[in-house]
Amino acid sequence: MAGSEEKEKAVFDVDAASALVNELRCTFASGKTRSYEWRVTQLKNMLKMCDENEKEIAEALRQDLSKPELESVVYEIGMLKNSCRVALKEVKHWIVPEKAKTSLTTFPSSAEILSEPLGVVLIISAWNYPFLLSLDPLVGAIAAGNAVVLKPSEIAPASSSLLSKLLVKYLDSSAIRVIEGAVAETSALLEQKWEKIFYTGNGRVARIVMAAAAKHLTPVVLELGGKSPVVIDAGINLQVATRRIIAGKWGCNNGQACVSPDYIITTKDYAPELVDTLKNELERFYGKTPLESKDLSRIVNSNHFTRLTKLLDEDKVSGNIVHGGERDKESLKIAPTILLDVPQDSLIMNEEIFGPLLPIILVNKIEESFDLINSGTKPLAAYLFSNKKKLKEQFVMSVSAGGLVINDTTVHLAVDTLPFGGVGESGMGSYHGKFSFDAFSHKKAVLYRSFIGDAAIRYPPYTTEKVRLMKALIGGGIWNIIQALLGWGKA
Amino acid sequence: MDQIKVEKGMAELKETFSSGKTRSAVWRKTQLRALIELVHENEEEIFKALHQDLGKHPVEAYRDEVGVILKSADYSLSRVEKWMAPKKGHIPLLFFPANGEVMPEPFGVVLIFASWNFPISLALDPLIGAISAGNTVVLKPSDMSPKCSSFLANAIPKYLDPKAIKVVEGGADVCEQLLQQKWDKIFFTGSQRIGRVVMTAAAKHLTPVTLEMGGKSPAILDVTSTSSNMKVVAKRIVGGKWGPCCGQACIGIDYVLVEDEHSSFLIGSLRRIIREFYGENPEESISLSRIGNKNNFDRLSRLIKDPLVAASIVHGGSTDEEKLFIEPTILLNPPLDSEIMTEEIFGPLLPIITLNNIQESIEFMNSRPKPLVIYAFTKDETFKKQILTHTSSGGVVFNDTMVQFICDDLPFGGVGHSGFGRYHGKYSFDTFSHEKAVMHRGFYPEIEPRYPPWNSFKLQFLRLAYSFNYLGLLLLLLGLKKKY
Repeated sequence: MAGSEEKEKAVFDVDAASALVNELRCTFASGKTRSYEWRVTQLKNMLKMCDENEKEIAEALRQDLSKPELESVVYEIGMLKNSCRVALKEVKHWIVPEKAKTSLTTFPSSAEILSEPLGVVLIISAWNYPFLLSLDPLVGAIAAGNAVVLKPSEIAPASSSLLSKLLVKYLDSSAIRVIEGAVAETSALLEQKWEKIFYTGNGRVARIVMAAAAKHLTPVVLELGGKSPVVIDAGINLQVATRRIIAGKWGCNNGQACVSPDYIITTKDYAPELVDTLKNELERFYGKTPLESKDLSRIVNSNHFTRLTKLLDEDKVSGNIVHGGERDKESLKIAPTILLDVPQDSLIMNEEIFGPLLPIILVNKIEESFDLINSGTKPLAAYLFSNKKKLKEQFVMSVSAGGLVINDTTVHLAVDTLPFGGVGESGMGSYHGKFSFDAFSHKKAVLYRSFIGDAAIRYPPYTTEKVRLMKALIGGGIWNIIQALLGWGKA
Repeated sequence: MDQIKVEKGMAELKETFSSGKTRSAVWRKTQLRALIELVHENEEEIFKALHQDLGKHPVEAYRDEVGVILKSADYSLSRVEKWMAPKKGHIPLLFFPANGEVMPEPFGVVLIFASWNFPISLALDPLIGAISAGNTVVLKPSDMSPKCSSFLANAIPKYLDPKAIKVVEGGADVCEQLLQQKWDKIFFTGSQRIGRVVMTAAAKHLTPVTLEMGGKSPAILDVTSTSSNMKVVAKRIVGGKWGPCCGQACIGIDYVLVEDEHSSFLIGSLRRIIREFYGENPEESISLSRIGNKNNFDRLSRLIKDPLVAASIVHGGSTDEEKLFIEPTILLNPPLDSEIMTEEIFGPLLPIITLNNIQESIEFMNSRPKPLVIYAFTKDETFKKQILTHTSSGGVVFNDTMVQFICDDLPFGGVGHSGFGRYHGKYSFDTFSHEKAVMHRGFYPEIEPRYPPWNSFKLQFLRLAYSFNYLGLLLLLLGLKKKY
């Protein structure tokens, strides 16, 4: 019966996961994914997929997040296409073995470092940028020659099902698969042995992923978030600064982005001017009734909506709203909201906000902000707006975060020569550009030796004479070696 | 060692780290120099401790431990400042004026677990990396090499900054206590079983780990192309099996693959070299380490007590429980499903597995977990290429054994079953550093289309901008390009 068959097919359990991995392992073992041609073909097809389905992708993102078309086209499709193009152009250079120097000790010899694919890898992606965060790691996995299973987030269902549909159509399904699903499917996948797991999401699930990986000694890349601060020094061009903050906060999926500014730190004296400028610019961007603006994404689902309103309605902070605060449960919209001078022990300051709320923390002197940042967990990004050289230097030296940007927000993400990834609570491992290729490659050390030049001192029986020679040899200096050979060296 | 003491030590290390002292190049170099001094001034004591723990001869101790550390520390000392310097990253014109750099920064407080087989080098070599990168460190030596462990615990506080580098001695209970803490990085050398425990504990705190483990590292012998060099080959095999700590080394040869017709020739050559190296009575040889401990001795004796395995012994096989001695032993074709062929041997037993054709070795290796290293003796360039591209291992060495360990320019580390992460030379520095991306921007010029409210012009603009299509951008701005 078709009905029961359908139902059976829908269950993706441990056995199904194991069968899937075995199948991909066979493909990988055939060597097909290692060839340069295969990698290039897949990347080209991915580009084609982006070009031919822009409308569909934007529509899925509209359904899942009410994402403005421009954000979808630029930040999801545009960035991804750029990644594909970089990989297409560079992969022939990336796969060339890197020459390594060898020492006198192993003379005559030559050495190189070979990038080889890891095997069958798992990518688990997030709902906030469901295309980019699924396909950008996939570009790296393909460029490095792996077979891949992609598990998109079930919280962005339209995107997940579109990904599943498109990848089968455009990419080699004997090596690249999409598994849709939620906790049960993910658990079944995590029980398998992978050669690498690349996870984008939150710290709670990341711990589960890493613990599951530990059973099979699988290396992981964890791309998480954190409370990314923006430090605003006095005396800057506030209009430019606030626009860049707004673009990084509300202009990125209405604050539901891992690199979005989470909170601002500024001085008590400067805060009023900052708040005014923020308000003006926000109005210029999103109008007087931002809940109706088409240029803002909505909150992804009612769980997150409830979580965010709880943060906003906490007694400690509800009186500190200086802008926004409007919400509409029906359409899951929350207006850009600014909170001034919230206490450090409030809920909003103790979890990643991941939404359109922006608290401002006040300090007496701007230098205090660095200690404040360092007293928390390490964020994925930290931003500073300042014209002072010394402050910038101090910021770069003392603040630990995945990445730092001075006088802008989130733009480092678009630079493929910079590694993108967190540290501490914000994750481990990095990607983008060549770093993506490296994240999915094993760097195999290869040493070529010939049969001549076999030093007897390496071998037993051991004598004190050999100790002396050994010291000279490992010590490296030619003069020492000559001395030792002539028997002049000190034992 | 109780929990409170561990926590107190951690608190002190955290404080030292946040003081910023360990970040300075001066501190790093002072510590590296002090480490060199430590090794120089205590060479005899190290030799003695290694002899007591493992029966290692000073030549072996120098080659595999003291010398390795001196060389590594020297190498780092002369390069650390260069490594610390930020690397420029190219920034697209679109972001002009801007510059980007990748700045290595220390993780913070890191934990190093060393193992007992090379108790000095596997403790101090990672330590060199951790210091070079500017971290504060807890070093936990193995309790199975007690003399070396207590040597390190005594000597390190005398030479190195005790507020930044601590040695914690102890057994499983201490490891457990240490693993409950939140570290910024854990570097582990040891077995897969413990590796899993370490990574599981690390997952709770999202701590990145480097796992240096072993595996069954094969030596492939293509006799046809190397027969004229058989003597050197045999020396290098014997040197790579019994040389490093009597086979108790992660990079030691685990077994040999050779063609059927050449097996007796190989066995004959190996026998001759074993006699040349260790004499008629290897039990008396001072050039051969003993088995590290009773557990390992019992495990190894059990491997060769399996009747089918015992029947395959063609050389050696004698053991002496009192002296923890096991003779260099060669086995010909023990059953592939016996423990000696399914587990890492980590001792002086060398199975020789014969194949009809040496090409089959590739399939043989691929049907097993990925080893730390593959040693291949061959002059056949096609075969070399096949090994490189059709198998996977931490590293590959052609026509020699062990020497990769002292190449500072090669990353050392496993893949799959043999671990992940790498170290040695600059890679040690990288292993203990976070690569922080730093981007500097000016306030002008401002690209207006970055900002809402969105319209089709902005969309078209950003579309071109993200593909870095500068000509298109120019045309668009001049009104010469058809709008979207």
